[in-house]
Amino acid sequence: MFNSLLNKLLCKVIFTGLLTTTLLASPQLIAKGVYQSGPDFIAEVFEPAQPEAGVLWFNDSIRQQAEKILGHRVLGLRVRYHQSGAKTAWILNEIGKEMPITIGVVIDEGKISSVKILAYRESRGGEVRYPAYMAQYQGASLTERYKLNKSIDGITGATLSVWAVNKVAALALYYHSQVVSKPESIK
Amino acid sequence: MKKQLLATVIGLSFAATTQAATPSIEEMWEIIQKQQAEISTLKNQLEKNDSRLTETEIIAEATISAVEEISLAPAASNKTHIGGYGELHYNKLEKDDGSGDKDAIDFHRFVLFTSHQFSDNIRFFSELEVEHSIAGDGQVGEVELEQAYVEWDLANNKSAKAGLFLMPVGILNETHEPDTFYGTERNAVEKNIIPATWWEAGAALSGELSPGLSYDLAAHSGLFLDTGEYKPRDGRQKVGKARADDMAFTGRLKYTAIPGLELAASLQLQTDMHQGEGEKIGGTLFETHLAWQKNDFQLRALYAAWDFDDAINSIKAGADKQTGFYIEPSYKITDKFGVFARISEYDNTAGGVTDSAIEQFDLGVNYWLHPNVVFKIDYQNQDNSEGTGSDGINIGVGFSY
Repeated sequence: MFNSLLNKLLCKVIFTGLLTTTLLASPQLIAKGVYQSGPDFIAEVFEPAQPEAGVLWFNDSIRQQAEKILGHRVLGLRVRYHQSGAKTAWILNEIGKEMPITIGVVIDEGKISSVKILAYRESRGGEVRYPAYMAQYQGASLTERYKLNKSIDGITGATLSVWAVNKVAALALYYHSQVVSKPESIK
Repeated sequence: MKKQLLATVIGLSFAATTQAATPSIEEMWEIIQKQQAEISTLKNQLEKNDSRLTETEIIAEATISAVEEISLAPAASNKTHIGGYGELHYNKLEKDDGSGDKDAIDFHRFVLFTSHQFSDNIRFFSELEVEHSIAGDGQVGEVELEQAYVEWDLANNKSAKAGLFLMPVGILNETHEPDTFYGTERNAVEKNIIPATWWEAGAALSGELSPGLSYDLAAHSGLFLDTGEYKPRDGRQKVGKARADDMAFTGRLKYTAIPGLELAASLQLQTDMHQGEGEKIGGTLFETHLAWQKNDFQLRALYAAWDFDDAINSIKAGADKQTGFYIEPSYKITDKFGVFARISEYDNTAGGVTDSAIEQFDLGVNYWLHPNVVFKIDYQNQDNSEGTGSDGINIGVGFSY
């Protein structure tokens, strides 16, 4: 009897402790998943060069192709980018399950040189931001069907986030091809 | 005579030209003044044009930004999201002993997700499900609240939640949209041993110990076994006026540092599944799994084992140990078409002396019409030592959004 009561008391103490810990920690709330600001990303990517800021305006053809790559409507009139020589950097947003993921993509001579998650706001699937996962995109280029020419190993339980990053990587490659000379793969 | 006249004319012309080409200093000064004035006028006009051009650029930029803001606003400002999934199943199974067939079509699950983002770091998530299409008195289905919790971020890599949430155990329990797994029906091991889909009410902490190594800790309501019940699946109270005399605790470690690989282990403690009524029955669940994807190949493997107090054997002999495992290799032939095979075995009376394990073999295909829309067909063959197994086919269509 005493053991049973002690057991129940212990359980409730643990439960209350867990709840209290979370509640007490709440005042120090920190915004989830903003890992790097856009300007910092651009500065880091081109350092020590000073890139030129550019704007790619959407004409019908660009918008249609972008929508095919993403599989949904593309809003807005243009996309901004930074360029130095044959290297361009793009900061794009795409929704994973519910919230936009902010993704930085750097392309050099028609191939991805790096992909980085700048902000991740979904409550699950944050594994996509790990460097080992992101490294898979390095060297990827566009196929004739505007898909990545590399197979990307996914993450169990984070399929939608993986798709979002795949689509943004392909989109940045396409945008890149519109502002610099076209890469061999889609000439 | 003519020559003299011509010479005179040329001479006069030359004199006149010479006189016009060399103005006086005063005339020169006057010309310069006029030219200077003209230059100033032109310069002013140019500056005005420049100024108008800059002004036009500013107006154009402001207009474009405003248009973009309006067109992008609905997506960015929408804090409430709706999603869902559903799956329709057709089962045609025959019992090995001829005792009965199953020939049924069933809209097994129709689910609505609703979530709301209160702020950047506080959100709500819910899942409301209609099982078997129709619910109510005497009907075959149920309406169930499977998730309803508030989650808030304590730091970049740490969050807490409180409410009704899915147990962090197994592969399918938390991610079970039909387009994410092979097989029309969910695998029998996670269903009968874990038991998926399984939700409880309480509080939980989740976070990362290092990149690729995450943890979950939860204190929550426990299972309740009514008279004669001994299977964990029967003990789910579904947080409906649930008995909360004795709680349960779950912890999970998950390793995902290598792309394509997930290794996880969960441990759960049930303090008393009789919730203070009658003899105490505590138990622990250990579950571990691997999900590995390399290019088009995928392997899923899971092992789960319950260890209950011996007192449960008085309800059902051998129920103190309930175990199961499955291994499921699959291969995506194209982006849209994948094949799988699964061998599984589970036993809800594994502590007994007799062989009571149920073995199942599944073989089938998934065809993704769209990444979120899937058609499935598979063959299943279930066997047990009593010879009351069954075999047949399952066909399904599922979607999520």
